Amino acid sequence: MYLTSEQQALLDGSRGEVMAKIVKTLIMYGETFGAERMVPVTGEYGHTVISFGLGVMEPVYDLFDQIIGAGIASGQRFTADPRPLDKSVPSSLLENLVFRRFMYSEQERFEAQLQRLGIKGDDAYTCACYLDEVGNLPKKGDVLSWAESSAVVYANSVLGARCNRNSGIIELMGSIAGFVPEFGLLTDEGRKATWMIDVTCSKKPEAQLLGSAIGMRVMEEVPYVRGLDRWLGGELTDDATAYLKDFGAATASNGAVGLYHIDGLTPEAKERGEALIAEGAKTYVIDDAELERVRRSYPVIWKNPKSKPELCFVGCPHLSLAQLETWTADVERGLNARGRERVAVPTVFTAPVRVIREFQKGDGYMRAKRMGIVLSPICPLMYMNNPLCKLKAVITSSNKLRTYTSAKYETEADVLDIICGGRR
Amino acid sequence: MRQFKGRVVVPGTCTAEALVSHGGFNTLASYQMALMFGDKKVRCGDQNNLDLYKRPMAGKALCLPMTIGSTTGGMVLYAACAMGRQPACMLFSMPIDSLAASGAILGAVWTDASMPVVDGLGEEFLDCVATGMTVTVGEDGVVIVG
Repeated sequence: MYLTSEQQALLDGSRGEVMAKIVKTLIMYGETFGAERMVPVTGEYGHTVISFGLGVMEPVYDLFDQIIGAGIASGQRFTADPRPLDKSVPSSLLENLVFRRFMYSEQERFEAQLQRLGIKGDDAYTCACYLDEVGNLPKKGDVLSWAESSAVVYANSVLGARCNRNSGIIELMGSIAGFVPEFGLLTDEGRKATWMIDVTCSKKPEAQLLGSAIGMRVMEEVPYVRGLDRWLGGELTDDATAYLKDFGAATASNGAVGLYHIDGLTPEAKERGEALIAEGAKTYVIDDAELERVRRSYPVIWKNPKSKPELCFVGCPHLSLAQLETWTADVERGLNARGRERVAVPTVFTAPVRVIREFQKGDGYMRAKRMGIVLSPICPLMYMNNPLCKLKAVITSSNKLRTYTSAKYETEADVLDIICGGRR
Repeated sequence: MRQFKGRVVVPGTCTAEALVSHGGFNTLASYQMALMFGDKKVRCGDQNNLDLYKRPMAGKALCLPMTIGSTTGGMVLYAACAMGRQPACMLFSMPIDSLAASGAILGAVWTDASMPVVDGLGEEFLDCVATGMTVTVGEDGVVIVG
């Protein structure tokens, strides 16, 4: 790999052994993928997927201690994924004990490390860092050093920024060095679609189900999706971006998609259309039956699959302000229709701290609270990362949460029905 | 006995029992519970991976097409290496993905763990190797099955 004289000096130890190891790591990472040079990180902020101080991940925090101990901080400020703990989310005494004493025993240590390394603020913990209220909104063409699969796929696809599917730790090393190896989704060639997806469904497909189907089929390749314009239109409205946020998260977690193009909607597809499709691209047609096949393929791993739901999470990835408002109004209508005042299943809507603050400015927040809905900036995935949750019948409309935990996936309409006291 | 030639991502040699995933290997889903609760055998926790679910992964020759899922994947693999809970080696039929590469490289640069990684072994490799077979990895990226 070609290195500038500055990069070579760093590798040779001009800023110490730890910095040299960081640069060596980035070089090896790039060389594995045929990168010929490093390119500057041009996005204003970074984003790290690591937001949790898990006792068992002590080696990760020891590595950060090495970095901080060497007097190194991130060259750019950054946001981080959501915190794993929030007292407002329903949990038992045993769960609290397990969460705080056992699982997340390194949380304070790690948050102090993030402050030393350059986190943007105490309210900068969310997976949806690109929402307006949070303010980590890259421009088209920006080169990023981010990790968090749902944020990376959103930044690449909806914002037109350029970022590889970096891993935790590597993303912070890119932010520290200020440069990343140029390969994959940072290149024009790597952004070409190798799959053509034709959506022929009779009604608007559930975002998280469609994303799941595509992710499972194309894995890490780039899909070009046709047929969504009937429902999403040709502009990136609040509704369209919320749909794409959830769709992308499912493609990235059920597969390994880092970039998708939506015909006539996402920036590069609008500019270049089907010229983005690589020669020899494969085709996948998705109709109602295919979506149903995919939905039925999900295993239910509750201890008793016929249990009544005990908890519901909506918002993985975190909800936007418009989604919070829509969900609140939908639940209100559902409860009214059944003559109920409060949700039938303890329900948590998760959103960034800054979005919840905005929501508090209107009457939606109090309406949601009156219906028994908990609003939280927690990471539901980290909340559920323990065996106790396997004993709990948790439902969710998130295909990402389903993939990583024992939560059972239900469509948004079914979630609404269940929490409003309909189907049990 | 069959021989396959791949590309060396992380050098090293080993002989170990194969553990084969025909679908994408979800690193976070596979490792999280085992690492969190100190399972020394590192039983796979990914309920979507019917090839591996509940099977011990530590010390096995993990044969897979690629890794998928959360971008914590590399960090998780690094932590497994730092704790000595890594597979004996990782053998990819496809070109390695960015998350697995990150974990393997972090493990190689920042820990003393030995985990040779070879990619690009081809589809036929996964057709040939089965869980329980003996796999030998040479320095030059040659993998011998059986």
